[in-house]
Amino acid sequence: MDDARENDFEPLGESRPDAELILKRQTTYLGDVWRSFCKNKAALASLFAMAALVAFVVFGPMMRPFDYFSNDYSAINMPPDRIHWFGTDTLGRDLWERVWVGGRVSLLIAILGTIIPEFIGVAIGGLSGYIGGKLDMLIMRTVDILMGIPSLIYLILLMLVMGSGNILTMIISVSITSWMGSARSTRGLVLQIKNRDFVTASETLGASPFWVIFRHLIPNTMGMRVVSITIGIPGVIFYEAFLSYIGLGVTPPNPSWGQLIKAAAEQFRYYPYQFVVPCIFIGLSMLCFNLIGDGLRDALDPKLR
Amino acid sequence: MAKDCIIELKDLKTFFKVKQGALKAVNGVSLAIRKGETLGLVGESGCGKSTLGKTIMGLHKPESGTVEFMGKDISTFNRAQKKQYRSKVQMIFQDPYASLDPLMVISDIVSEGLQIHGMKSKKQRYERSIELLGMVGLNQGHANRFPHEFSGGQRQRIGIARALSLNPELVICDEPISALDVSIQAQVVNLLKDLQREMGLSYLFISHDLSMVRQISDYIAVMYLGSIVETAPGDCLYESHAHPYTSALLSAIPIADPEVEAVRQRILLAGEVASPVGLGDECSFCKRCPRAADVCRKSKPKLREVGAEHFVACHRI
Repeated sequence: MDDARENDFEPLGESRPDAELILKRQTTYLGDVWRSFCKNKAALASLFAMAALVAFVVFGPMMRPFDYFSNDYSAINMPPDRIHWFGTDTLGRDLWERVWVGGRVSLLIAILGTIIPEFIGVAIGGLSGYIGGKLDMLIMRTVDILMGIPSLIYLILLMLVMGSGNILTMIISVSITSWMGSARSTRGLVLQIKNRDFVTASETLGASPFWVIFRHLIPNTMGMRVVSITIGIPGVIFYEAFLSYIGLGVTPPNPSWGQLIKAAAEQFRYYPYQFVVPCIFIGLSMLCFNLIGDGLRDALDPKLR
Repeated sequence: MAKDCIIELKDLKTFFKVKQGALKAVNGVSLAIRKGETLGLVGESGCGKSTLGKTIMGLHKPESGTVEFMGKDISTFNRAQKKQYRSKVQMIFQDPYASLDPLMVISDIVSEGLQIHGMKSKKQRYERSIELLGMVGLNQGHANRFPHEFSGGQRQRIGIARALSLNPELVICDEPISALDVSIQAQVVNLLKDLQREMGLSYLFISHDLSMVRQISDYIAVMYLGSIVETAPGDCLYESHAHPYTSALLSAIPIADPEVEAVRQRILLAGEVASPVGLGDECSFCKRCPRAADVCRKSKPKLREVGAEHFVACHRI
């Protein structure tokens, strides 16, 4: 036993003086967000798929010698082949071109139509929540009333005023009909955060309202807002497709994904590929944005890391 | 009062508007905190302790009465003086989970005040925050972490480091230990005592834990329904309290000896705490006081000296 004791144990030697300091690499908040976003494989894959989709939307039309509006009556309703990669439509227009150019319209409306109302909503809701009192009451009741009016009414009225079928009208109509939701939730969030002790602590340190808003309130609402933007984009893509489908969206010959589906739906039984291709891209982009939003929500919350 | 008072409250009243009238959270409090000493403020939930602390901080506007800092009324301060006052009077909060911004790393939280008060160099702020963390028993390894990575006691230390960042003279501790478990409570109280010795701090220590208050306080003020009913030097209050409410409160302290505990006499008060809404001109305790008489229902008693630095607000003593 004694032998064993002598051989089995050896002196540890002097411990390092810095052993107590368990240092974590210094990272920024965004660096940390990116690191944990990368852990979510589905979200990361979606991000790459989305990047590829955007690249095609931007550069795709340049890859073929056609354009999206010229007719070629010698090649009507061609199935996909080596010349027309996605085939042609009833007027002999190349669908590869039309899908990517249509994607520009759809994605532009989707992204601007989500970000603009989100900004309006955050500004109005944030103000309402932070100032409170009568202003809050006034703003929130106005929001309640506006929310009760169907968005199609705004859209038709706007089209009367601004002319139908252009992208701007659609972005504006989406913007003024959908900021109310984000105003409501931002207000709720601000009300919740502004009474937390860390805001009081900041005030006791001498912080101005400006400081409190920009250092504490906005960063603490931003996570939720970014997530709601990414989750909201698919809805707007779908809304655009729906409007184009019922004839209130982009007007021909300008394509959008919804427009292409509408045109193809009429002869879906004979030329299904004309219908399927834009559907795939709508579905793909909606899926990607949803997964990215999901990943961002997890990544932006430090408690879940 | 004496010249070495850091904060003096004169007949301070803080009311909140509610539907039924005025909620008299702080109803005529006169107190003084001396430099380098600790004033313990005890009382049951809802008696206005935290409101009093926040009124001193300038977070609530008093209805009447004054808060004087080094002899100057804080309501007359201009913007620059207010900022200066902020750096001299700091606060530690009750809930260590809510008092740290979850999106900021510890070094940023601790040095936020430095940034607000114009320390521009990021490196300087970082170094100062490490220094502050060292003072409260944390180290550099903690500086780049987020609040959720810490336990309650550690977070409270971070809150203390933040309060100390501007070299304050008075720290208002708003129930700093009530959210912590007992072993950590002792650590934090000892830390506060050490810091007081090193930096010459004054504390207003708000708590409902009577035995902890005894540990740390030089003076103790007992509050009931917005008014101070008794103030006395620490041990004096525990040994020779005079106000009936103080007697009832102190009789509720459990004793860590089962045999003594078994025969402990508790004074049970009848009735409920009266509503602080629409308080009249009577002794705030008269409805529950076993010794109440007509005079108690007619006028509000003022603090009278009954012993060395021992003041009681009661008509019947």
